[in-house]
Amino acid sequence: MSAPLLEVSDLVKQYPATTAVAGVSFAVPEGICFGLLGPNGAGKTTTVEIMEGILPPTAGQVRYRGEPLGTRFREEAGILFQKTALQDFLTVRQSLALFRGLYQRGLEVEDVIRLCALEKLANRESRKLSGGQQQRLLLAIALVNDPAVLFLDEPTTGLDPQARRSFWDLVQSIKARRKTIILTTHYMEEAELLCDDIAIMDRGRLVARGAPRQLLHEHFAAVLLELPRQDFPAQARELPLTVIEGTERVEISTHDLDGTLRLLLQAQVPLARLRIRPANLEDLFLELTGKELRA
Amino acid sequence: MMRRLLAVLHARNLEFLRDRGTLLFTLLLPVMVVIGMGFVFGGPQRPLFKVGVLAERIEPGTSSFLRERYVQFVPEARAEQAESRLAHQQLDLLVDLHPPVRYWVNSDSPKGYIAERLLLAAEPAARREAVRGAALRYVDWLFPGILGMNMMFSCLFGVGYVVLRYRKSGFLKRLHATPLSAFEFLSAQVLSRLLLILVVTTILYLGIGAIIGFHSAGSPSLLVLVAVLSALSMIALGLTIAARFSSEELVGGLLNLLTWPMMLLSGIWFSLEGSPRWVQWGAHVFPLTHALDAARAVMLDGAGLRQIGPNLLYLAATALAFLAFGAWSFRWRID
Repeated sequence: MSAPLLEVSDLVKQYPATTAVAGVSFAVPEGICFGLLGPNGAGKTTTVEIMEGILPPTAGQVRYRGEPLGTRFREEAGILFQKTALQDFLTVRQSLALFRGLYQRGLEVEDVIRLCALEKLANRESRKLSGGQQQRLLLAIALVNDPAVLFLDEPTTGLDPQARRSFWDLVQSIKARRKTIILTTHYMEEAELLCDDIAIMDRGRLVARGAPRQLLHEHFAAVLLELPRQDFPAQARELPLTVIEGTERVEISTHDLDGTLRLLLQAQVPLARLRIRPANLEDLFLELTGKELRA
Repeated sequence: MMRRLLAVLHARNLEFLRDRGTLLFTLLLPVMVVIGMGFVFGGPQRPLFKVGVLAERIEPGTSSFLRERYVQFVPEARAEQAESRLAHQQLDLLVDLHPPVRYWVNSDSPKGYIAERLLLAAEPAARREAVRGAALRYVDWLFPGILGMNMMFSCLFGVGYVVLRYRKSGFLKRLHATPLSAFEFLSAQVLSRLLLILVVTTILYLGIGAIIGFHSAGSPSLLVLVAVLSALSMIALGLTIAARFSSEELVGGLLNLLTWPMMLLSGIWFSLEGSPRWVQWGAHVFPLTHALDAARAVMLDGAGLRQIGPNLLYLAATALAFLAFGAWSFRWRID
């Protein structure tokens, strides 16, 4: 791995009534897509906003290329917030020109328009764009300075599946340009598809860090057995099994599929609705935090 | 229906009560208005007419005219200065009660006409003297005030609410993630509004000039300078209000708190001649007072840069001070 582009050290964010971030440290190497996952209220958006330099930490530090965040970082960072309103009466091209004018160097507006497939919308006012189109414009704005690091804070929340997939394609094309991407998301499919490295946060702390496959390998056996919760009787809870209980389903992690099935049959667990599948990030998340990702 | 109405009413009341800045301001504003109005308009019944009396000190026994009710008699030591005030409609009538009794009246002033009738009823032998120089109509005196008032509203509300909207929508937060500084952002807002105000003021100046005509004795370029500095000062003042807050009610209230005293005390509608000295001094805190003093001096008296220099300096200094304070206290996002 190359030298870290961003280093987060002992980050704390304290509010009068709560601690949003409680001592988080990690480093992000250059050229990867780094995913920060966590349920609502885990502190991931606060962490990312401190990394973006728009929220001051109570304690700790963020360094960009070895230096505290400053002018260089602002020139070289591109940001797509969870929610941003643009000036209603500016067209796509005018909005991009506005933001291009705020940076010393960057891409030509027309190049960004092409990169984000906004050619047909270039002269449309931003208030007349659909949710997916607006998100593409906001991504284009985040790219207008040809950033070395791109922050995407839940970029596809609220988009329909088609718009989401189209957005993922765009991010893949940006990844191919060797940009460093910091992504926060609720969608495990998104994290699995885009991220080279992930960190999972819960209650303001990091609970896991690593490449998705490596984390799955470390935390899970070969397969997961999934049952509806109502099909898992009380006596089955006494069985010597690794059980992860969700709100609607129960998951059993096992190396020994035959033995586990035998135990379940002995405990008279109905298997008609049993599903056997490999573990994914959602399972990892559930095991580490005890919560569903979108809880 | 009543249940739904009460639910919404309760929620709105809670929202209002938890917005402490707005709540405090809403409670304080009426008290401040009452105190302010009491100071400005308290005391005996306000006079209807303002009459200058050429004398160091007014002796009520000199003439029965001086016992007229609802007439404010202002001692005027220097005849030339008093005549200028009469010409500018800051006085309705000027009288010299030393025998033979003489008086001067602006023939374009309706109040001057009535005051003249009152004088002649008490002093039938009083002799009317010609007013030296051009007698100005009320509209000539009022016109700079109207332009100034329009400018004040546009400066304060036009910029204040825009910044507030940008903050609430998250647009400011997005700008904060760029190399843009607060000073650069605020300066751009100031310049944008300044350009708009200059265009509107020029249209008003030329349009009203073409329709009703008005007296303008001074240099147009000096008037432009007055307009630029006045607008800069008042826009920057509006930005200091909008720099921090996120509540429309609070910002609206604070802007009203600024505009109403300026409306009453900066001399838009009437001169503060004869008001208590502290009111006149207090009025000079407002940029609009300096703007109108300078504009009237240029338009009505043909004043030059030297005469209005102190007003221009005050406007420039307040513009810079407000802008610096606005940049210092600026908040990009809702806390």
